[in-house]
Amino acid sequence: MNAPLQGHAASNLSRTDTALLSVDNVSLEYRTPQRVVRATHQVSFEVDPADRFVLLGPSGCGKSTLLKAIGGFIAPCEGEIRLQGQTVNAPGPDRIVVFQEFDQLPPWKTVKQNVMFALLASGTLKRREAEERALHYLDKVGLAAFADAYPHTLSGGMKARVAIARALAMQPKILLMDEPFAALDALTRRKMQEELLLLWEEVRFTLLFVTHSIEEALVVGNRILLLSPHPGRVRAEIHSHQYDLHSLGGVGFQHTARRIHSLLFEQGQSPDAERELDFTDIRIAY
Amino acid sequence: MQRGCDLLIFRPRLKRQGKDRSLASLGSSYGAVPGFEKRVFMSQLSPAREEYEVDLQPLTHVPLERELPLGQRLWQQGWLRKSLILLLLALVWEGVARYQNNDLLLPSFLQTTSALYDGMLSGELLGKVWISLVVLLKGYLLGIVLAFGLTTLAVSTQLGRDLLSTLTSMFNPLPAIALLPLALLWFGLGQNSLIFVLVHSVLWALALNMYAGFLGVSETLRMAGRNYGLKGLRFVLFILIPAALPSILAGLKIGWAFAWRTLIAAELVFGATSGKGGLGWYIFQNRNELYTDKVFAGLAVVILIGLLVENLVFDSLERVTVKRWGMQR
Repeated sequence: MNAPLQGHAASNLSRTDTALLSVDNVSLEYRTPQRVVRATHQVSFEVDPADRFVLLGPSGCGKSTLLKAIGGFIAPCEGEIRLQGQTVNAPGPDRIVVFQEFDQLPPWKTVKQNVMFALLASGTLKRREAEERALHYLDKVGLAAFADAYPHTLSGGMKARVAIARALAMQPKILLMDEPFAALDALTRRKMQEELLLLWEEVRFTLLFVTHSIEEALVVGNRILLLSPHPGRVRAEIHSHQYDLHSLGGVGFQHTARRIHSLLFEQGQSPDAERELDFTDIRIAY
Repeated sequence: MQRGCDLLIFRPRLKRQGKDRSLASLGSSYGAVPGFEKRVFMSQLSPAREEYEVDLQPLTHVPLERELPLGQRLWQQGWLRKSLILLLLALVWEGVARYQNNDLLLPSFLQTTSALYDGMLSGELLGKVWISLVVLLKGYLLGIVLAFGLTTLAVSTQLGRDLLSTLTSMFNPLPAIALLPLALLWFGLGQNSLIFVLVHSVLWALALNMYAGFLGVSETLRMAGRNYGLKGLRFVLFILIPAALPSILAGLKIGWAFAWRTLIAAELVFGATSGKGGLGWYIFQNRNELYTDKVFAGLAVVILIGLLVENLVFDSLERVTVKRWGMQR
């Protein structure tokens, strides 16, 4: 169906100049006291404006490390990351990250101050405009009533919403999300996915989304980059723009999920074995 | 029947996935395979119970919240509990003093209170307190500023980190009082040598706590801060200090206690030589003249100021910051 490509990925074949973010042969390493570990090896892909690009892979494929590198927190040891043609070499407010952890919101600031803080600290806006914009985006994520609450009084889903509102208020060139819903319960996660898609319909931001859940990748993304583990290398790029929350459990959806699963986990096995799999074998992190 | 079926489907699949054979053999004694045990279990139980639904009426006849009784509500007040403890201690003191019946060794609570009252009224005690507090605050603030500079250096450079750890391990165990003779030699008799020992007593304890607090700030919060382009001093001011505030406050409290202790001790030992005497000097003088009740009054003032600062200044500071932010219970 799709022959495994040597080295890296399909997106390279259709290289265009319109790409907003291009990751070019990027290898990343991190240091432990004893050794240097290679997290990703020569990964390349491109993200176009208004893409909902998903990095999907099992744990240990370096997807979060890759996202941090794009955020500018880690320097690649090989290759280059370019945002609108400019090389990324430090963190900046044009790439806002939404983390998985709830402590990404400074607890000493109220919800509104949290959103404003990002705008003021980066020098994007003056106080008056910052407040206006903060309230606007808080309203968008449905938290206008909690503008003066402190983060510790909010539920996990609400904290995630604040982080998203904060990121959107910055109006970054690209929004980086590092498993933002992974720490939420299943019902809240599903609702957040739905809201994220609605927000995207409205604002049309560019999104780079990291997840380890095949289902979430299919629902949230329009393109999915599959990474193999240890070290992370590009395994495939798959379209998923046709799926949303309503296609959960549909035939096409399941078929693609199965295909992704086999791409990720069945490496090096005979095609025979792949065909025998039935749906219960698929690991869906839900 | 059901059990047999499950086993049949299950075992070949495990083999086909190329998993460990030992897992497959475990599967036959179930437990090792998620979902397997449950399915067997469910099929045995499910027919015995029937499904049901309940139509919920609005709950009106039960009050949704009720007030705690007055006694419990009062007991929730921290100041009330603490005052009770103080009252109890005063009672014990009064009792022991009356039993002892020797004003020279142990004046009673009431005698001390009246000495304290007289001292306050004549303004003598208040003057001494003022002298002590001014010196104390100078030393304390200078210590805080230095600790802040040193820890900022420590979080930003490797060399600063080494400097801080070496200096703290060298000077933290050194009693401030032991430095006083040296200070007198360097700075002469007067405030400056007192301030020097005060800075010494505040600086290391606070710097250690502050640095520990900075190290404890979560990686996510740091990255979030850097994401907005915060760097250097702005990063320390807007991210590290508020995030490390619980430890910084603890350090400030410890520093305050150390400073107070050092000051009184320094005045007790060398107070006579330093121009105008403070509270320690007051205690020292009255001991020489055997006004034991005034000695107790002086000590009581030290304690009272300690209690006031702890309960008014630091507690309010905690209430409007770390407690409000949910960083500390």
